[in-house]
Amino acid sequence: MSTAPAATGTAIGMSGVTVRFTTRRSQTTALDDVSLDIEPGEFVTIVGPSGCGKSTLLKIVAGLVTPTSGEVSLLRRPVRGPQKEIGFVFQKAALLEWRGARANILLQAEMRGMDRARAARRADELIEMTGLTGFEKALPHELSGGMQQRVALCRALLHAPPVLLMDEPFGALDALTREQMNAELHRIWRETGTTVVLVTHSIAEAVFLGTRVVVMSPRPGRIIRTFPVELPAHRDYAQVMSDPRFDRLATELRGLLGSAAANH
Amino acid sequence: MTENSLDTAGRRAAVDKASGEGAAAPTLASEGAPGAVDDAHSSRVASPPPGGRPPRPTLGRRAAALADSLWRPALVLVAFFVAWWFVAAREYVPNYLVPTPGQVWTTMTNQWSELARHTMVTLYETVLGFVLAAALGLATAVAIAYSRTLDKALYPIVLFAQVIPKIAIAPLLVVWFGLGLTPKIILAVLIAFFPVVISGVAGLRSTDPELLDLSATMGAGPWRTFRKIRFPNALPHLMAGLKVAVTLAVVGAVVGEFVGASEGLGYVLLLANGNLDSALLFADLILMSAIGIVLFVLVEIAEALLIPWHASRRVGVSLTTS
Ligand SMILES: Nc1ncnc2c1ncn2[C@@H]1O[C@H](COP(=O)(O)OP(=O)(O)OP(=O)(O)O)[C@@H](O)[C@H]1O
Ligand SMILES: [Mg+2]
Repeated sequence: MSTAPAATGTAIGMSGVTVRFTTRRSQTTALDDVSLDIEPGEFVTIVGPSGCGKSTLLKIVAGLVTPTSGEVSLLRRPVRGPQKEIGFVFQKAALLEWRGARANILLQAEMRGMDRARAARRADELIEMTGLTGFEKALPHELSGGMQQRVALCRALLHAPPVLLMDEPFGALDALTREQMNAELHRIWRETGTTVVLVTHSIAEAVFLGTRVVVMSPRPGRIIRTFPVELPAHRDYAQVMSDPRFDRLATELRGLLGSAAANH
Repeated sequence: MTENSLDTAGRRAAVDKASGEGAAAPTLASEGAPGAVDDAHSSRVASPPPGGRPPRPTLGRRAAALADSLWRPALVLVAFFVAWWFVAAREYVPNYLVPTPGQVWTTMTNQWSELARHTMVTLYETVLGFVLAAALGLATAVAIAYSRTLDKALYPIVLFAQVIPKIAIAPLLVVWFGLGLTPKIILAVLIAFFPVVISGVAGLRSTDPELLDLSATMGAGPWRTFRKIRFPNALPHLMAGLKVAVTLAVVGAVVGEFVGASEGLGYVLLLANGNLDSALLFADLILMSAIGIVLFVLVEIAEALLIPWHASRRVGVSLTTS
């Protein structure tokens, strides 16, 4: 994937996507005329106020929600129905209650009919990388919220997907673990060249991880602006935090999000 | 980790209480006995939990937890027998209406080979009816949960089959299928079917939509999704329905025997009633209840083995720590 030339096409393409949810009581416009092209190997982070349609945007890319109007493509093929060339980390961990952590991760392999031995080896690597060692057999109710999210992350990475969609994957982590997980995810992305779209409420996380930050408006969700992140491709957490470019972008994002919320 | 240790303490308490049960029950049944037994096992409960990761609950521990949940009803049962014995022995009620436990016991032992044969017949009808009801009920639940069309088509029929008084169609079944086992089994199926369908549908429909989304992004087909996600997720509901169903299956079999039979506990009950043989009647009733209880406990054990992860199974254990 990392070798794919950027010019030949987009990994994810959305043009004029509008989503309206009609329930018995009301009609909600979750996304309004959203267009976004993501090149292979990009790391796009999305920030925006709660309820602006960030989760919906990811589900549209995954083919789990059909847009009311507009075109969506994934890996240059139009999206019709659920896509499987992806790893999806849901906002809730969405683990199977009756399976231990490792078995939950291996669900990915079972559902895809992957080679068992290889999947098991990879699962063990991921478990070690995310600091879940010793909890392989623990059931979800025996894990903390942050650990559950890490299990969900391992599950999404197990099959080394070309596209990774992540919905606030580190929301339930403490600050320190979150930094570690950010650094780890950054490393994975650099090494694999996976295309990543990550939704977050943390401006620091958005800037540290992203090659591009997309800012969305309050509902109905529109893209207000996208910012290229002018930081080196290979980032170190401490260095980035003390970089003046980081500060400038973070301040700008904060201002934009604040004014967007105020104008609403 | 602390949570796990507490859990272990809870299970220990369960084991200790269960092992103390045999001694504790007679203590309470006979008046004025010393409370030494109680003190002995409460001090064992206080023993510190072991460090480190506790082992998975073994079959023995689960059985112990189950036994722990049974000692209270056992106590009530003992009290009931004492009251019965008291009333019958003093002849507050004439003996031909209420026999003494001793008379019932004598009848049961004297006619054991006959009673055992009839019990086996009723047990056979009940188990076969229950298994068929479970299989048919689950299949129907799957059809209803998966297809809107089948939902609309089958639900009214299922409901109709439920509201029709089964006892009223029992004679019809005898006319159709004769005096053999078939009408009893059909009746047991009809009566046990409904709770399985209802609980199965509720369970299958309770799958978190996010899990179904997850399954879709994994490219899994409907069969894999059913096997790995929807069915295990439905099990807690389904087991609850099966517990109701198994006790109802006994009713179905016995009612079938009432209407026309030459063997089975329902048949014996009618005979005993006709002869005013109250001791036999009581013995028969006890055997009927025993069938229901044994089958119920078997389903409980199956549940404990199948869904040890479920909240309903965890709560029972941790409550014993208090
Ligand atoms: N299945 C649905 N049916 C009806 N309305 C929905 C549905 N899914 C989302 N919505 C609505 O669409 C809007 C956007 O929801 P979405 O979950 O995408 O927000 P979000 O940006 O992810 O919010 P948060 O940051 O709180 O997770 C919300 O107003 C929500 O009520
Ligand atoms: Mg969301």
